[in-house]
Amino acid sequence: MGKLKFYLALWAAKLSKPALKITKHNGTNFPGELAVRICPDFLRYVAKPEHVIAVTGTNGKTTVSNLLCDILEMDGKKVLDNRYGSNIISGVATSLINGVSVFNRSRYHVAVLEIDERSSKRIYPFMKPDMLVLTNLFRDSIMRNAHPQYIADFLTDSIPPETKLVVNADDLIAASVAPDNPRVYFGIERMDTDVTECVNLINDIRICPKCNGDLKYEYLRYHHIGKAYCPRCGFRAPEYDYAGRDVDLEHMTMTIADKEGSATYRLLSDGVFNIYNMVTAAALLRELGMTHEQIAGYMDKAHVVETRYNVEHVGNVDLVMQMAKEKNALACSRAFDYVSQQPGRKELFLMMNCLGDEKHWSENVCWLYDCDFEFLAREGIDHLIATGPRARDYRLRLLLAGVPEERIDCEEDEFKATEKLRFDPGSQVYMFYGTDSLTLAYKVREKVKKLAEEAAK
Amino acid sequence: MKIEVLYPELCNLYGDLANAKYLARSCGAELVNTALADQPRFLTEDVSMVYMGGTTERGQVIVRDAFAPYLEGLKERTEAGGLTLITGNAMEIFGEYIEDEDGSREAMLNLFPLYADRHFMNRYNSLYLGRLEAEDISIVGFKSQFGHSYGVNVEPLFQTVRGAGINPAEKAEGVRRNNLMATYLIGPLVLLNPPFAKYLLRLMGVEEPVLAFEEAAMDVYAHRLEQFSQPDRGFIY
Repeated sequence: MGKLKFYLALWAAKLSKPALKITKHNGTNFPGELAVRICPDFLRYVAKPEHVIAVTGTNGKTTVSNLLCDILEMDGKKVLDNRYGSNIISGVATSLINGVSVFNRSRYHVAVLEIDERSSKRIYPFMKPDMLVLTNLFRDSIMRNAHPQYIADFLTDSIPPETKLVVNADDLIAASVAPDNPRVYFGIERMDTDVTECVNLINDIRICPKCNGDLKYEYLRYHHIGKAYCPRCGFRAPEYDYAGRDVDLEHMTMTIADKEGSATYRLLSDGVFNIYNMVTAAALLRELGMTHEQIAGYMDKAHVVETRYNVEHVGNVDLVMQMAKEKNALACSRAFDYVSQQPGRKELFLMMNCLGDEKHWSENVCWLYDCDFEFLAREGIDHLIATGPRARDYRLRLLLAGVPEERIDCEEDEFKATEKLRFDPGSQVYMFYGTDSLTLAYKVREKVKKLAEEAAK
Repeated sequence: MKIEVLYPELCNLYGDLANAKYLARSCGAELVNTALADQPRFLTEDVSMVYMGGTTERGQVIVRDAFAPYLEGLKERTEAGGLTLITGNAMEIFGEYIEDEDGSREAMLNLFPLYADRHFMNRYNSLYLGRLEAEDISIVGFKSQFGHSYGVNVEPLFQTVRGAGINPAEKAEGVRRNNLMATYLIGPLVLLNPPFAKYLLRLMGVEEPVLAFEEAAMDVYAHRLEQFSQPDRGFIY
């Protein structure tokens, strides 16, 4: 009965694809959704490629998945991915449906599937990955993810015992996941920019997981990411099996090493998050048997999609679109830190409101007080415009962060707010937007471009 | 004046620590942090306000164990009218027990005649509109929690206008015993409610309190109060 239901589900899902095309419905996950509705354990029966790799974690899972797919394809593998679908069960099911024939034969060597952490319980009981990459676990949406320890426990309860973890040793919360599973660790050795005391509001592991004593760090990168130890009981963060080292931002290179060798890699980006993403991908590829030389060679041809950050010179200014995911204190803190350290004079346009929430409820603004708005009080940021439905909340938060009142303008209407931009020649105008305000941000950008051009006349 | 923050290394979720910082900034009080291994200052020093924010579920147990030796001290402080504010799921630490969906129970400090019923797959998220009746103050805020509390003969902190009280069937929200106040509301509750912030400062002994960035805070408050009072505004996410 199970198999019969499965084939009905598979064929219905396959047939739904041309039907969707004819009726011009854009439901990228619909086939998977339909299949799981007909056969709830569809993922158990659908044929998978020889190797299944799951990529999960709060940040970097899309970038790491894309890097892995690109490199494996360069290496001649047929790679199944879910980069054009979603990372929840319907998206994963849709990808697997696309990867099999009507007789349920897989046409791919390897699957690289990005999996949403909260979807683990619906996916892993039926699809057991050979390897699972865990990038990091940070505070995310308060409403959905509560706190990273909750997500860590959620993953521990869901990940099959035989799955091998490739996990970030610089993140003690991630490193604590599924402690009995086989695993290798990656991390990045001390960098010039590291500190030993946390400067961020969020640090989600301040006490020793063994004795509750105060944790110390040999080096700390941001939030709880770094090399931790406990002076009271001697607990230490795991040693790296794969280590990034000698990160050279000037020459844009680093070394990735393990016990069998090392190679110099060209950095794909100067952001620490992306350097982690490279080390993560290299660790997984080494586990698959590729040599450092192969990986470094392929990585040299790869690139990180910069949809989250792009620059255009307009009039007399550089206009920078900077993704800073709304309701995600950590993502915004990282973006604020990065932008505030860039050289030059800056104007900031803050519009990372959760517009969906605003339509039906009202955005939960607690995250603003987890987020390091204090970075925006740094020198070089001359003018900040708080806009969107939560403009007033931003203004109050900026004042509390120590931003002088005369630097702040507040205007709820995003289009009207653009008229407050000054466009000082030679300066940079940063537009901060989130996933929810992305479409609006690009419309507002058009007006900003027009105004910038007029200001240059 | 002194504001003591208990266990900020654990009780720091959802921007809760901004509450103590804002009050300290508004009245010039010294902000002191007490770590898990330390004895709370309020036992031996003059502390105008004690604050504890929300934590993880493991954190609740660690805090329970750390604070248990000082519970009598808190009772004495409360009897004497000392001000204490507890927010988020830290309130559950002072109840009788927490029960999870699998039936397992964790005994808590038993200061309030409340128990919490926790469901990890059913997080409750909502807006909140309520009243601090005695002071004629409207309260706006947010809830995001796994548990709800149940019990009888508990004096509430707020009366709910919209949203859930200590549980969805109750209008009574939080617990009040003299000037010990506990609420499920999370995050920057004090910042979002400047009239409540001024009330707390008066309880701390500030005669004519003026808040930091009061105009901006009142602007935020008035806007949110108007929004949360709209009858067609969705409340439960």
